[in-house]
Amino acid sequence: MLAKRIIACLDVKDGQTVKGVSFENLRYAGDPVELGKAYSEQGVDELVYLDITATNEGRKQIYSLVEKVAQNLSIPFTIGGGISGVEDAENLLIHGADKISVNSAAVRNPQLVSDLALKFGKQFVVVAIDAKTIENQWIVHTHGGKRPTEKELFSWAKEMEDRGAGEILFTSMNHDGHQTGFANEALCKLSEMLSIPVIASGGAGKMSHFKDVFQKGKADAALAASIFHFGKIAIPDLKQYLIKEGINVRI
Amino acid sequence: MNIAIIDYKAGNVKSVEAALQRLNCQAYLTKDHEKILSADKVVFPGVGNAGTAMQALKKEGLDILIPKLKQPVLGICLGMQLMCRHSEEEDTPGLNIFDAEVKKFVPENGEKIPHMGWNNIFNLKTPLYQGVKEDSFVYFVHSYMVPVFEYTAAECCYVKNFSASIAKNNFYGTQFHPEKSGSIGFKILENFIKL
Repeated sequence: MLAKRIIACLDVKDGQTVKGVSFENLRYAGDPVELGKAYSEQGVDELVYLDITATNEGRKQIYSLVEKVAQNLSIPFTIGGGISGVEDAENLLIHGADKISVNSAAVRNPQLVSDLALKFGKQFVVVAIDAKTIENQWIVHTHGGKRPTEKELFSWAKEMEDRGAGEILFTSMNHDGHQTGFANEALCKLSEMLSIPVIASGGAGKMSHFKDVFQKGKADAALAASIFHFGKIAIPDLKQYLIKEGINVRI
Repeated sequence: MNIAIIDYKAGNVKSVEAALQRLNCQAYLTKDHEKILSADKVVFPGVGNAGTAMQALKKEGLDILIPKLKQPVLGICLGMQLMCRHSEEEDTPGLNIFDAEVKKFVPENGEKIPHMGWNNIFNLKTPLYQGVKEDSFVYFVHSYMVPVFEYTAAECCYVKNFSASIAKNNFYGTQFHPEKSGSIGFKILENFIKL
């Protein structure tokens, strides 16, 4: 049976892993390759490296990171941040990325997602969506959550699926950094509406939040950063707990 | 041990190359026919779109070369699918090493497509799975699959049972990515090297 996935997200800035609270006040949390290796040994199912500064600043250095990760790790990983065209995606693929995630660029140019899916296959294309509720509507934000758009989460996610996204990575900005649980209601709606996997992000604080995101949020995968980086939850303990709760995970 | 990894710009080959190097193999990417013919083993990788990939193979004459190879060949993911007769993906004729039709997953109970993530493999056959426990978890990413047939070497269940792996003579295929499947995948690649 297909297992629910636990994904560790490593936000990378200037070659170092960082994680902020609601995208602000970044803190250091180690070397991205070493951290990735440690997670892999602990049994994490996947890694996501998000180059969080990339949209606004230069990003060439990400290629050497991708290459080092591909050389040292034997689990899948996704690279995101600042991918603006097919050429960026192809370079990441050549350097060893298994998947790429696009966010702002897809909003700017939705055709990009169609082009990427056609050229590399939809399984290569993760569409990341950051959204928060404004007047009871989930509004999509770009540029690391800094800019609101006119797009609404559910219709946007559906358009991305139709254009060839292989997965949707939904980060609730309302929940991100607060460690009070995932946006299960919105996640459940997304997951039932879409026929591609949904990765839940934002809000993990304790082990029961993962149980809830799989059972109530119907997520296919759950992503977290700080609680893993700072050792608040150890991956092996989390997986043992989930199995005890009747959730199929890989051990 | 030298291993040629067929270079036809279809997917992530860095990880396969790195995994083989971790196994102390001389692994190199190439589209050169002589180099492929003289390699001890050949890996035929692939992630992406079947139609685009077949075009790329044809451009280099690799569609003629691959079926004639005599040494052990391992097709991974799309590489395995392309070794089959035909794929529903863009109605693409394959290399016809295996007489099988590659079909799109048709969800029956709201299953998500692509089939993405870690799933168990069972009914393990051939030396590729020596020392690999039944129901081990390996990593899959695909929207099309090869049904279970005469040359199925391992099965997986998603919607229904399908070929997680196929084998015939010197040709082996894995629908999953051994290079992304942690220690289990490492063992399978090690077994391939020992063939």
